Amino acid sequence: MKPITSVTGRAVAIRRTNIDTDQIIAARHCLRTTRTGFAEHLFAAWRAEPGFPLSDPAHAGATILLAGANFGSGSSREHAVWALQDHGFAVVVASRFGDIFADNAVRSGLVPAVLAEDEVSRLMDTVEADPATPVTVDLVTLTVRTPGTESPIRMDADTRQRFLDGRDGIDVTLQHEAAIRAYELAHAPMTRAS
Amino acid sequence: MATLLDKIWDAHLVHRGAGGTDLLYVDFHLLHEGSSPQAFEGLRLAGRRVRRPDLTLATEDHVVPTRGRLDPSGVAATMVEALRRNCAEFGVPLHRSGTDGQGIVHVIGPELGISQPGRTILCGDSHTSTHGAFGALAFGIGTSQVEHVLATQTIAIAKPRSMAVTLHGVLPPGVSAKDVALAIIGRIGTGGAQGHVIEYRGPAVEAMSMESRLTLCNMSIESGAKAGMIAPDAVTLDYVRGRPYAPAGKAWDDAVARWASLRSDDDAEFDRSVDIDVTDLSPFVTWGTNPSQVVELSGVVPDPAGMTDPADRRAAERALTYLDLTPGTPMREIPIDVVFLGSCTNGRIEDLRAAAELLDGHRIAPGVRMLVVPGSAAVRRAAEAEGLDEVFRKAGAQWRTAGCSLCVAMNDDSLAAGERCASTSNRNFEGRQGRGGRTHLVSPSTAAATALTGRLTAPSTLGARR
Ligand code: SF4
Repeated sequence: MKPITSVTGRAVAIRRTNIDTDQIIAARHCLRTTRTGFAEHLFAAWRAEPGFPLSDPAHAGATILLAGANFGSGSSREHAVWALQDHGFAVVVASRFGDIFADNAVRSGLVPAVLAEDEVSRLMDTVEADPATPVTVDLVTLTVRTPGTESPIRMDADTRQRFLDGRDGIDVTLQHEAAIRAYELAHAPMTRAS
Repeated sequence: MATLLDKIWDAHLVHRGAGGTDLLYVDFHLLHEGSSPQAFEGLRLAGRRVRRPDLTLATEDHVVPTRGRLDPSGVAATMVEALRRNCAEFGVPLHRSGTDGQGIVHVIGPELGISQPGRTILCGDSHTSTHGAFGALAFGIGTSQVEHVLATQTIAIAKPRSMAVTLHGVLPPGVSAKDVALAIIGRIGTGGAQGHVIEYRGPAVEAMSMESRLTLCNMSIESGAKAGMIAPDAVTLDYVRGRPYAPAGKAWDDAVARWASLRSDDDAEFDRSVDIDVTDLSPFVTWGTNPSQVVELSGVVPDPAGMTDPADRRAAERALTYLDLTPGTPMREIPIDVVFLGSCTNGRIEDLRAAAELLDGHRIAPGVRMLVVPGSAAVRRAAEAEGLDEVFRKAGAQWRTAGCSLCVAMNDDSLAAGERCASTSNRNFEGRQGRGGRTHLVSPSTAAATALTGRLTAPSTLGARR
């Protein structure tokens, strides 16, 4: 994973709450054994609706997605993260994320930035009024900025460090190999008895 | 002063992280074809092996057909073939489609005795919370974490907060654990338990069978919870004893002695508490496109105009458009095209019995298509031994082999656009059961009563309508 210190780009807003991972990518489009090739199925059903922001040329090339509360609830499918990345998103900003989605995002290098709900909606107003507004999500200062505004984002210390270092999670864990082995020696495994 | 969560957490600590992320040992890791191919590919690329194939087990459930043949075709076949290749290469036991031990991952874990008190159990599937019914800490993970667990048999995670959901009173007849689960989600919302592990407790939980407890814990994720759990008791022990992975002989006695301490201490404090009296509950059904959009079956489609929160109002308007429903319509007047009885929520033998009891000797309404999909090959065998398959067939329902089927529509089964389904599964999201398909979540008894009348029907009102 590449280290990420900040992302600057255009943003696009989807003003819906509880956007579950089935909406981000439907299960039938997850029938692949790779981590790529999901972009065309991102929000497939919604993109067919007139006026869906992602289909608006004014927002083409946006790298930051702004969404309503509880983004990424539902199924654990990491394909949702891969599809967002495949499409070009580097950050999702919401007041609340589905637990598993947020964890998947961190592990795949997509930034889940938690911002207070009223700030999210203000940011949505801004980019809807002017899609060219540059938005910066800064993991060093833990802020989201537009020209003239700055708001704090929430992220726990370990997650932030993981982005800043860009280190592989398995490598980090394997530094504790001795402790894992000690645990295994001290505890009987759960094996098949009959 | 410790909660059940604290006790299981502390017992599995491999390393306490300074930044809030702990490293926990994983007692058992369940796999299925849907979320694992990229994880195995990651191992291969990094030259890593599966650390503990003996603590890992795979099954085929999400994409397999449940009618006519055992193996999928087309793109779904690639998924199953990848799982078979990966399990062979990395030495992971696999319960293939068509074998005795195959089934939905959250149905076979309990059946095999893998789901045990005090264990940490992970799977690349959000409904892993099911296994918490045994007093285990069980939760779903994504594919990157699956790779991490395969490589290290641990998980790096910040400790969730604790939440007590206490169920008082006695459940009325015809009202099931599924109705309770929907009632809880309706009450606390899709984010009501976010960041928390729910411990279900109280007299109504103690009175539940193991299978009902599984249904209750299964739905925890729909209120945003990390996991759901229930302290083990005699019901738990009776269920686990004698199963293939259960300890036997002296090891069983030792385990039982250990498990006795697996309960929250009387003075333990929870970060949140919710109390619900189930005495007056009646069957619930969803009217919207997330599981918190739910009403009693005796109620009506709500009017978004009456909702104070603008986001809720917009979401409700959108949901009603998607579901083609008009505010004020009595729920029991809504006609249904398809009934789905199955899934990891309600695909166990008790669920099939509850439905069969109502269907026995009757025919489902003309024009209704009903799928009965046992949660596992073992459930299917048990049902056939009791003659339930005959009851379903004679009623006009389809009797299938085990799999996820219409819960997820990434196999041969899906709703056509505009079709309306009463479903015993767990998610009523837009398109979940097929693009344009409309889902109403219900209990197995409500599903059966609905199949008989062709409209959403509570089991208790069936006599008058049949
Ligand atoms: S039955 Fe549905 S919810 Fe359960 S594991 Fe299968 S797809 Fe997931």
